Amino acid sequence: MAEHVLNAEGLNCPLPIIKAKKALKSVPQGEILMVRSTDPGSVADFAAFCNQTGNELVSSNTEGNVYTFEIKHN
Amino acid sequence: MLDKAKSGDMSNAKSMSIIVTKGTLDWAYPPFILATAAAAMDIDVTMFFTFYGLPLLNKNLDLKVSTLGNPAMKMPMAGMHMAMPNLMPMIPGVDRMTTTMMKNLIKKKGVASIEDLREAAVEMDVKMIGCQMTMDLFEFSKEDMIDGIEIGGAATYLENAVNCDINLYI
Repeated sequence: MAEHVLNAEGLNCPLPIIKAKKALKSVPQGEILMVRSTDPGSVADFAAFCNQTGNELVSSNTEGNVYTFEIKHN
Repeated sequence: MLDKAKSGDMSNAKSMSIIVTKGTLDWAYPPFILATAAAAMDIDVTMFFTFYGLPLLNKNLDLKVSTLGNPAMKMPMAGMHMAMPNLMPMIPGVDRMTTTMMKNLIKKKGVASIEDLREAAVEMDVKMIGCQMTMDLFEFSKEDMIDGIEIGGAATYLENAVNCDINLYI
């Protein structure tokens, strides 16, 4: 399984969401997209994004000023 | 198309319309941020550009911001927030300076430009309607505007809006 990574560090709302949506298009169904972001708002936004689009937010982690998300493409 | 929601070929299709009435650099943000975020969340989006919002469809954007009549605009500066007295924007060049400050701040904070957001909106099939009446009134032509937009009036917007889950006026 290839690794799918999106680096959205330094980007502000709504760019992480828009880039994630674009990136998911090249992620086969059932596989996971890793997103890294520095926007504190992206914690709530990725939860809402996944909730609305039916993709699964497998994990959401904070390490210092960096937020990482694992999104399963459904 | 809105019919998509009715025919059910998207499981969770929701729709949103936004009336865009303001064309300054600051006020261009809320409609384009909401439109692109919604499109990314599989929401069908229609934007209706009317009055001062219409020039946001022009190919070349030259957006400005003014502090005139806007006491809420406080720019971060040296750890504090600075508002500008209403007298200042009357001086030639001050609005240009404020606009440059705002654009620098936007870049520094990783906020997308309006050009980028609009391009993203087009890419994600956001439907954009230019107001015919405004075009006549201010003598704008479709040739000056980006490709892929529609031109229509109040009825065109309303036909769309009655089927939307969210309708915003900005």
